[in-house]
Amino acid sequence: MISMPRIISPHHAQKIMNVVLWGVGLLAIVILIIIIGYILWNGLPQFSLEFIFGNPVGSGESGGIWPMIVSTFYVTFIALIVATPLGVLAAIWLAEYAGESTLVKAIRFAAETLASIPSIVFGLFGLTFFVVFLQMGFSVLSGGLTLALMAIPTILRTAEVSIEAVPQSYKEGSLALGASKWQTIYRVVIPAAIPGITTGIILGMARAIEETAAILYTVGAALAIPMSIWDPARPLPLHLYILATEGVSLPNAYGTAAVLVLIILIITISTNYLVEKYTKKMMGR
Amino acid sequence: MENIIIEVKELNTYFDESHILKDIYLDIPRNAVTSLIGPSGCGKSTFLRTLNRMNDVIPTFKKEGTILLDGKEIYDPDVDVVDLRKRVGMVFQKPNPFPKSIFENVAYGLRVHGNNDKKDLERRVEASLKEAALWDEVKDKLDDSAMGLSGGQQQRLCIARTIAVEPEVILMDEPCSALDPISTTKIEDLIHKLKNEFTIIIVTHNMQQATRVSKYTAFFLHGEIVEKGLTDKIFIEPEDKRTEDYITGRFG
Repeated sequence: MISMPRIISPHHAQKIMNVVLWGVGLLAIVILIIIIGYILWNGLPQFSLEFIFGNPVGSGESGGIWPMIVSTFYVTFIALIVATPLGVLAAIWLAEYAGESTLVKAIRFAAETLASIPSIVFGLFGLTFFVVFLQMGFSVLSGGLTLALMAIPTILRTAEVSIEAVPQSYKEGSLALGASKWQTIYRVVIPAAIPGITTGIILGMARAIEETAAILYTVGAALAIPMSIWDPARPLPLHLYILATEGVSLPNAYGTAAVLVLIILIITISTNYLVEKYTKKMMGR
Repeated sequence: MENIIIEVKELNTYFDESHILKDIYLDIPRNAVTSLIGPSGCGKSTFLRTLNRMNDVIPTFKKEGTILLDGKEIYDPDVDVVDLRKRVGMVFQKPNPFPKSIFENVAYGLRVHGNNDKKDLERRVEASLKEAALWDEVKDKLDDSAMGLSGGQQQRLCIARTIAVEPEVILMDEPCSALDPISTTKIEDLIHKLKNEFTIIIVTHNMQQATRVSKYTAFFLHGEIVEKGLTDKIFIEPEDKRTEDYITGRFG
């Protein structure tokens, strides 16, 4: 056999790849920092007590965004209390009970497809189903339920993967002590999968909290604080969208974006901290 | 004759079409240690897991023949598998503590069987850890995760967890194969102590271990029992040429 002459030596190839891989990794961080930095740079100067805790004046050209902050938490909360039990229970069923039938494969495929459907389609569905057909009107409830539909596949897939990752040896240890299958699941499998399940819930929440298109047709656009789930509302992303596209106030759009980014950062960082603390306690390191 | 706790007659097991155990007859004497030896893949682990019905979770598993525990067939439809596993405990090859505190690991079996009396749990956890010769090493850190213990400590914790539910039989599937020599000695000492109270069946690849810990031995080969009886007899004057070849290290 004739060996091809080498263009570059393995040693040099290694060096080049080191630089390329490091570069790509750094690029990802740099892009993130630029985007967040740009928003905070333009948004933070808008911050004041009045901006955070005040009501908007006019359609938002001045005044504050307190009703939008409340609306955001309200619809996200509704989405999570609906999507979390459904997603987690479905994940337990898929991972531990369903087996590998054609039906199960179809369900898994459906969940994956659902996760990749454009959010505007969810919005349209929410409009026809919740708002019109179920007569919930433009409300926190319609918006929250539409967001729940979007969050379920995210929570389901992440939770399923983390439940499947629980070592078989834990389950065998439990069964050998005379525990039933369900006892094994809720006493050993779920506690061991909690970090992954939490990550799934946070990903689902992030999807809900920053979603605009899905609530565009379902939640209304009221400027007042919603007093019940039947009231219309205006979550932060929707407010931001209206401020920017209708040319109401670009500085206030940046201020709103900064608040949204900070809320997401605070939730992600504090959840990561709690999950790490839990893992440390559970695994002893 | 000795007091027999488990009586196996004409046992055959299958995974799908493959015939794993062939015509097994074996009596397990009460409150003694019985070793199961043989080369990898000879069916001794399958046999062990048939005794507490751990193979039930595998859909293709099929069993024919009789396994009597105190005279009662353990595969009868009216036998509660939860109750069976309470009576026949198991320690695995790789230490598998739960990712919970040391206390909760030992209390697990008791809680699962409905015991939630704090005082009683504390008493039983302490007693089990003492019996497993682990108490002195862990008594000040019962709330720490069991995952932080060394491999040998983890395996003794798994033994403590098993004896906490007060089984009659303890199955051990190569309990020392993942451990260093010092931890192995501790487990063997423990087996000597436990045999007065429990019937122990241990699968081992270590011939010396079989002679050190067990009174009885059964030699498995290709899914059959080639020879069984007193350990001393089998290791000093085996009747079958294949047994002699195996224990002297000529194959396996």
